[in-house]
Amino acid sequence: MPALLLRTVGRTNLRLLALLALLCLAAAPLIGDRLFAPAGLRSMAYQLPELGLLSLAMMVALLSGGLDLSIIATANLAALAAAAVLKAAPEGASGALLVAIEAGALLAGLATAAAVGLLNGTLVGYLRVSPILATLGTMTLVKGLAIGLTHGSVVSDFPPDILFLGSGAVGGVPMPLLLFGLVALGLGVLLTRTPFGTILSLMGSNQQAVRFSGIDTRAALLRTYMLTSMVAATAGFVMMARFNSANAAYGESYLLVTILACVLGGISPTGGFGRVGGLVLSLVVLQLISTACVLLDFSQFLTLAIWGGILLAVSLIGAVRDQLRPLLATLRAPLPRPAGRQTVDAKGPSC
Amino acid sequence: MRKGPRRGRAPQELWLGLVILAMVVVLTALRPNFLSIQNILEMLNATAFNGILVSGLLIVLIAGGIDISFAAVASVAQYAALTVANATGAGWGEIVAIAGGIGLSLGLLNGALVSTLGIASIIVTIATQSVIYGILLTVTRGQDIFTLPPWFADGVDLFVTSDAKGNVYAVSLQIWALVLAFLVAWFLLNRTHFGRQVFALGGNPEAARRVGFGTTRLNLLVYGYMGLVAGLASLVQAQYTQSVSPTALVGRELEVVAAAVLGGASLEGGSGSVLGAILGLALVVIMKNGLALLGVSSYWTDFFTGLVIVAAVAVMAGRARRRWHESPGLA
Repeated sequence: MPALLLRTVGRTNLRLLALLALLCLAAAPLIGDRLFAPAGLRSMAYQLPELGLLSLAMMVALLSGGLDLSIIATANLAALAAAAVLKAAPEGASGALLVAIEAGALLAGLATAAAVGLLNGTLVGYLRVSPILATLGTMTLVKGLAIGLTHGSVVSDFPPDILFLGSGAVGGVPMPLLLFGLVALGLGVLLTRTPFGTILSLMGSNQQAVRFSGIDTRAALLRTYMLTSMVAATAGFVMMARFNSANAAYGESYLLVTILACVLGGISPTGGFGRVGGLVLSLVVLQLISTACVLLDFSQFLTLAIWGGILLAVSLIGAVRDQLRPLLATLRAPLPRPAGRQTVDAKGPSC
Repeated sequence: MRKGPRRGRAPQELWLGLVILAMVVVLTALRPNFLSIQNILEMLNATAFNGILVSGLLIVLIAGGIDISFAAVASVAQYAALTVANATGAGWGEIVAIAGGIGLSLGLLNGALVSTLGIASIIVTIATQSVIYGILLTVTRGQDIFTLPPWFADGVDLFVTSDAKGNVYAVSLQIWALVLAFLVAWFLLNRTHFGRQVFALGGNPEAARRVGFGTTRLNLLVYGYMGLVAGLASLVQAQYTQSVSPTALVGRELEVVAAAVLGGASLEGGSGSVLGAILGLALVVIMKNGLALLGVSSYWTDFFTGLVIVAAVAVMAGRARRRWHESPGLA
């Protein structure tokens, strides 16, 4: 493989692109052109953003070397907070007032999510609780709060502007996809082009070292978990707009799938390494499988099984390659390799 | 700082024990029937499935791993065992063998994947959970089994007695299986070579490997045991609910993880105790039961459970931090 391609696109992303091409080739004879017919593409474009935004939220926490199990509970609580504001609005509001109320509702949702993030960040950053444990607790707490307040019921019927977020389109691009693109782009810039992004990834590699270089890792972790929660809130808004309702238990089956999507996308589960682009590619792969399964009349649960199987297969190929690498190296003429390459690869995908 | 199997005992468990004692005292004062034999048996019955799983997960956690797939494994085991029992008229021996065998083989598969893939066990078991659960629901089409063989529905009660009012008390299958599970876990961890190796593996995997432990073999044993426990627990659960639903168990994994970790098992491995796990389990069960007795709406149960977990981990972390400040070099 040309070195330039490898450097700019990245090893993991190349592999994912290959996987994607393979899937398209395999799907073509089975399904025919229905998969890429406008209807198929449209349904993919409306479905992908839900899991996509939640996975982006999980990615932020994973990159910092942590994990956030409370994202879905947070997304639902944020949607419920926004719904509460919308429902409290006076009946006949219209025009500028209605827009102001809608903006206020979304801000209320974001603020609620930020509060959850603040709690997570305090537990992980300042009290040094392990992230799995802290977010396991807040997941139960936040979901419990949402169930307690709504008694598990559904809040529905929102104004058209809110519904537009879930089912509208701008210039032919579905609104959820547009939102997903914006958040993904924003996170990509934040993670690769700002000091905070660098600190976040470095914390995932070696938190102690970052702390000893004089960076306040506690504050950085606090911001990390607030960011995670707020990205999760946008997922909550999209779900709320798509279903025209909010509930304490929407999307719960996505929780472990977001981790699966991240790891398939080359986000190292131990933190530090990963790109937004990889995650987007892995989401496209997962969505393609899901849509293909629907068109083939497979059960949605078989989709889940195939998703899990793909992750295992990709990891297995990686493990076999790592085993074979020394052997291949001795067979080939001695190539100059950067020192330490192998140890990085052994820990997880490095790009 | 890593704790040895013995040194960790006093503080964490003592603290939990005191909290539980306080809860028991307050609840008994408010609701005298809290400590009635009937209520205690009810709590034990309701928590048996989670408790048996905690006894297996504890060993995985001490070995430095985690298993998310056990609920899916249990679902497959109970579905297969009771389908066979309904179709062929097989007895206890056969269904225990089937459920245990399926659990053990899926557990061994987890162990093999964790050892060979070189990625975190949480990721491996999330993937295997998706595969196992997806295949189960596709094959069964999500249909429940409502009719169970009569000998299974009757259960295996020991020491059946009744009081003057005619209330029947019995040590049910759930209760003796729960006690047995914790006894076995205690014995394995504290009295066997295997237990010591598990602590060593969790404490420092690289050191364990260099000392010459077969870490692959050990992983196979640990995850295989977890699978076996999940398979057997699934029968206990099916007997309790008197039905088998392929969707009932998956999604409750994190409850079990929470109970094990509340009891002081570290997610980094190398520490944890059976007593702690029992206390962690008891804390959640007593709180849920107490809230119900106090007449708190069941809609708020999750909220209070979450509050207890968050408070407990915050306090535990505070104590760990003090230790860290006292001996910063060891952190």
